[in-house]
Amino acid sequence: MRPRLKTCKQVAALLIAREDRALSLPDRVVVQLHLWACDACPGFERQLLLMRNAMKQWRNYTTNDEK
Amino acid sequence: MAECDAAGDLSTDTLASTPLNKPMTTTAQQIADHRDYLMKFARLQLRNPSWAEDAVSETMLAALSKPQAFESRAQLKTWLVGILKHKVVDILRLAGREVATGGNDPDANEDPLENIAFQADGHFVEKPAEWGNPEQDLNQRQFFEVLEVCMEQLPGPQARLFLMREWLELDCEEICKELKLTSTNLYVQLHRARLRMRECLELKWFGSPKSA
Repeated sequence: MRPRLKTCKQVAALLIAREDRALSLPDRVVVQLHLWACDACPGFERQLLLMRNAMKQWRNYTTNDEK
Repeated sequence: MAECDAAGDLSTDTLASTPLNKPMTTTAQQIADHRDYLMKFARLQLRNPSWAEDAVSETMLAALSKPQAFESRAQLKTWLVGILKHKVVDILRLAGREVATGGNDPDANEDPLENIAFQADGHFVEKPAEWGNPEQDLNQRQFFEVLEVCMEQLPGPQARLFLMREWLELDCEEICKELKLTSTNLYVQLHRARLRMRECLELKWFGSPKSA
């Protein structure tokens, strides 16, 4: 067990999982620590957040595109 | 069930005799005008032409059986989409496990994270691109069209589960219960769907950083 260190690939998998389920506390801590230290993963996180936001807007748009 | 019976004789007496602000035929016509619009989302979510037909037909029947006067076209549309979502959930529930299977899963033997280049030590080969803000400087309607194309390109089971989350707004627990899926199975499929969506958007909208 090396809960402290995760690779970008493992963190990317957790960031995706976070869209559908709550992460455990240790996972949340590990992800946050990684995001602070990493150069690349925050960009991946921003992409996922943008997708989350885009899907939300699309959902509203499907309900009513004539606003 | 009673709803369906009531809808059965609509075309004859009810149409002529329903007291409404507007003549019933107008309302019926207005509802019918939205058929294509409803079909689009039914197809996207169900990925099965006959299920989609059923969902939309039942939606129209339900709408016709309790017609309401709306001030605007937009309100009518919102109401119809709301009914459609309920009908779609009924069909998905009936189909059960079938929703999450069927067809061959192109991702079955592959971790879709492999499509993003990682070094042997697990680092990104290239930094994920900055996607910017599509609402701000770009045509939102066009962006939604690309989003829909990307959803259409998902394998059927992934698309259904992804849209159950993103369009029907069901939580994972409900989805597992209704479809008799294990949460592991659901999470794996959603994970694949989200990665495919990311890849598709990068390719079709944000421009591939690989070619840069």
